[in-house]
Formats: sequence, structure tokens, C-alpha cells
Amino acid sequence: MIEAENVVKSFTVRSRSGLLRRTRTPLVAVDGVSFTVAKGEFVGYLGPNGAGKSTTIKMLTGILTASSGTLRVCGLDPSRRRTTLARRIGVVFGQRTTLWWDLPLRDSLTLVRRLYRVEAAAHRERFAELTALLELGPFLDTPVRQLSLGQRMRGDLAAALLHDPELLVLDEPTIGLDVVSKATVRDFLERINAERGTTILLTTHDLGDIERLCRRVLIIDHGRLAYDGALDELRRTVDADRLLVVELERPGPPITLDGIQAERVEGPRQWLRLPRSANAATVVAELTRVHQVRDISLREAGIEDVLAALYRGDRAYRRPGRPVAP
Amino acid sequence: MGVLPWVWWYGLRRHAAYPLGSATEALTNTVFGFMRAYVLIALWQVRPSLGGYDATDAVTFCFITQALIGPVQIFGGMDLAERIRNGDIAIDLHRPAGLQGWWLADDLGRAAGSLLLRAGPPLLAGALVFPFRAPAPENVAAFAVALLLAVTVSFALRYLVAMGMFWLRDDRGLNAVTLVMSLFFSGMILPLVVFPGTLGTVARTLPWAAMIQVPADVFLGRYDGVELVGALAFQAAWAALLLGTGALATRAARRKLVVHGG
Repeated sequence: MIEAENVVKSFTVRSRSGLLRRTRTPLVAVDGVSFTVAKGEFVGYLGPNGAGKSTTIKMLTGILTASSGTLRVCGLDPSRRRTTLARRIGVVFGQRTTLWWDLPLRDSLTLVRRLYRVEAAAHRERFAELTALLELGPFLDTPVRQLSLGQRMRGDLAAALLHDPELLVLDEPTIGLDVVSKATVRDFLERINAERGTTILLTTHDLGDIERLCRRVLIIDHGRLAYDGALDELRRTVDADRLLVVELERPGPPITLDGIQAERVEGPRQWLRLPRSANAATVVAELTRVHQVRDISLREAGIEDVLAALYRGDRAYRRPGRPVAP
Repeated sequence: MGVLPWVWWYGLRRHAAYPLGSATEALTNTVFGFMRAYVLIALWQVRPSLGGYDATDAVTFCFITQALIGPVQIFGGMDLAERIRNGDIAIDLHRPAGLQGWWLADDLGRAAGSLLLRAGPPLLAGALVFPFRAPAPENVAAFAVALLLAVTVSFALRYLVAMGMFWLRDDRGLNAVTLVMSLFFSGMILPLVVFPGTLGTVARTLPWAAMIQVPADVFLGRYDGVELVGALAFQAAWAALLLGTGALATRAARRKLVVHGG
């Protein structure tokens, strides 16, 4: 569905350096990214702000042209066949809307039929299906400007899917949504992926989205692919330390125990980082023997810690699930 | 074609969605029409038949041009410029439809909505209060064509200004310059017929003349037969030239494109 090989996108940033002088600085937003996405996959595309995610998406949809490398989406070169490709893919830019601000939601959805030349009968059926799945009924006749963010996002999802695209590209579709709206959107995405086989590429900063939906993740950082593999694999391969939070009866000096030292002290609370090699049971037993402990909790490194470490450029975490070309 | 008539229809409804705002604008246009009319009457009392107009022509010209402010959007501006600035243009560029055609359809819809909601009051007030030259029935159709071409020329100019955003990143300077040009050279400040010599000739050949002066003269019935065809051809030529330039600008913008923000 998507084949990217050594894709590079560089911009020239011009800045004023004197009254008439301008300096041109080349900026490489995407630096030799290669990956493939097969039909029916649900792939998360992650990376810190400014890593090159949106640039990649704009290249995939043909809005931007790659500076070098080859890119195929649905077998087409996106920038050359932009119009043909647009009829076969759906795109949602979470922070922007394709809907007509001053008109009822229904009108925006009707226009999609004209824009993508969908048969009347097929459109009717799909319209009914999406209206039911996304629960659009109650606000179909409300002007878009009066919709809540969650309602608007559901409307945008419907607009992106009415022409039954093979590939759905989502750029932060849950940004700013409350937990209920997020759940609706996630359920919906999971369903169209499972039932219709729609391939989905999802960009998000919401790790809940990723944990819930994506079996595979791509992580981009500084324009390069830092990881490509299964989410579970990522968790496993990472040398994730565990964190022991100890609450003592009364405040004391930082605890030192078998070479483990408290890295943070706040009154009676202390945080101890346990390396993989340490046995938590032994440490806890020793702790309770030596100190007057009121409470103890052990926290596993979540996907959040793993990503934070990856984004920070922690060498220890750079262990791709699959080999990634440098 | 396909989707564009719908874009036109949505453009009309989108811009007609706030009737109270339109009513306020119509009122403003009417009040300023009265002020301009008194200035012009004073001028024509001193110089009757200035530029070949009599006082009735001048007053009619004043109110027809006040009525055209909205449809022709003489003060410039287009939503597209803001979309280029904030990056929403990505949505427009993703659509399987040409950018200029889409926005032309939207703008013609806007003009139609504006004509319905904003053009009536100044014309009516002018006709009731002042001596007024109503168009001959056979000129109404010609005026409709002239108006359509005027809006197209106006759109094409504003589209080019908006396209400038791709290179300049800010449209305030360009807007200020084009605002002065369009107010002065369209005939909004004074009918172009009163401009003497070379200045008058130049003013009457620039594209802004096609936006206000030409449709107003068609309304006043100052063109007959071949002259009328010539006047409409003048507008059509500017429309074609500017839309052609717009198409080139769109291609160039696509080629150099950096979508700002996000």
C-alpha cells in the first residue's frame, strides 16, 4: 500500500541576517526514510514534534514532492498522480478541517460525493453506515462552527471515508478530544480496519491511541527512522528500568541499598531505580528489614518512558525490532 | 466540471449565512453613497457635462458603484490568503480539484450572495432620493454579463495577491498597494471619465477599469452595438489574461511549495 525507499525532503529556510542580506540554511526534514506498509495494516507513525511526521504525510498525499528517493502509494507516485491518488486515499488533518464552517455538516458530506464522483446509491449506503457508526445523526443539520471538537472530528472522519478509500492517513485525529470522544474515534478506527480492511497510517502523540490500535509502530526522529517493528517488541527490547516508590514512616537521608541509590527524595517518599538485573522481591525484603516502610509501589516502564528515552536519543534504547537502514 | 457548481452554491450560502452582517454593510454602502453623491453633485454643478456625464449620470454612477462594492469586493481580500498563511491550504491542495477553479466557483457564489443581500439597498435609496438613470431593458442582460466579468477580473486579481503569500509569507504590503490601485483606478473615488489626457487613457486600459467603470458605463447605456461588444471584450481579455497568470502562479507555487505550519 505504501512503499517508501530512501525518501528525503529538504527545505531551504531563509532568514534575514542584515538589512538586505538573507542567509539560506538548508533544513532536512526527512532524511532517507524507508518503510513499507502492507494492505490491511494499522501502523502508528510516531515521533517528537518537528521529527518529520507531517512532512512525510504531505509527501504521501502528494502535497509535497520528495527531494529524492522513491515513494509509491497505492502503486502511484503521489506527487505526479496526486489527483488520481486523492480519489483512493482519505486524509484527516486533526488540527484542520475539510468541513464547510458556516454550513450544516450534512452539506459538507454531500459535497464529498460530488468531489469524488461517488454513485448515488453507493453514497447513500455509505452515508447511512458512517452516520450510524460515528453517531452523527443528532448534529447532521448543525452548522459545523457550532459543533464540539469531538463532533467535528467525527464529521471529518466521515468526510475522509465517504469515498471508501483503500488507505486512510490520520494526522493526530484525537488531539484535544475528551476521553469519551477519543474512545468513539478509536472504536471506529479499529472497526473499519478490521471489517473493511482499510489500511490505516496513524500519526499521534497520544500513546493511548497507539497501545489500543497499532500492532506495528514506526518511530521517526530527526528525520530518520529510529524504529520499525511491533509495539510489544519495542517494549521488550528496551532496557526499561523499573521504579520503586517507597514511603517511609518519617523523612530520612537518601536510601542506599546494594548499590541502588534513591534518585529522588521528597519528604518521606523516595524513588529508587531498579536495573533489569535487580530482583525486586529481594530489594523490597531488604528495604522493609532495614527501614520503617509505610508503603511501596513498583512501576514498570510504560511505552511513554520507552519513547521518551528514544526521543532523547538515549543510545541504549536504539535497538530496532527490524534492522533499519542508517 | 462536476463539483464546481456545488462549490458555487455552497459559496453563495456560506456568504449569505450572516444576513445581519450583510444588512449592516448594505447600510454603510448606502450612507457613503449619499456622501459621495453630494460631492459629485457639487462637482457637476461647477463643471456640467464633465467627462461626458451629466449630473444624473454621475449620481447613478455613484449608487451603482456603491452597490458593486460587495459583489466585486473592491476592498480586496480572500479567505485563501489566510489559509496559505495558517497551513489550511494543505486541505485545498489535497482535493482532487484545481485550486483556482475551486476558489473561482466559491468567489462567484460569494458575489451572487453579496448581490442578493448588499446591492439592493444602495440602488433603491439612490433611485428614490436622487435623479436616477435606470438601465434600458436591453442593457440589463449586457450589465449582467459585464458584472460577471467584473467579478471574475476582481477574483483573478485577488487570487494573484493571495498566491503572493507563498513567496512573501505576509500579504499586508501587497494588500495595501492593491487597495489603493483598485480604489483609484477602478473609478470608485472618481469616475475614470473625468481623468484627463494620458492618465485617463492609462486608467481606462488597466484591469481595475473592468471591475467598476466598465460595468457602470454598461448600466448607464453609454455603449451601443460594437462599442458594447468591445467593452465586454476588454473585460473578458483581462479576465483571461489574469486567470492565465493565476494558473501559472498556481503551478509555480505547487513547485516551490512549503506548506507553512504543521
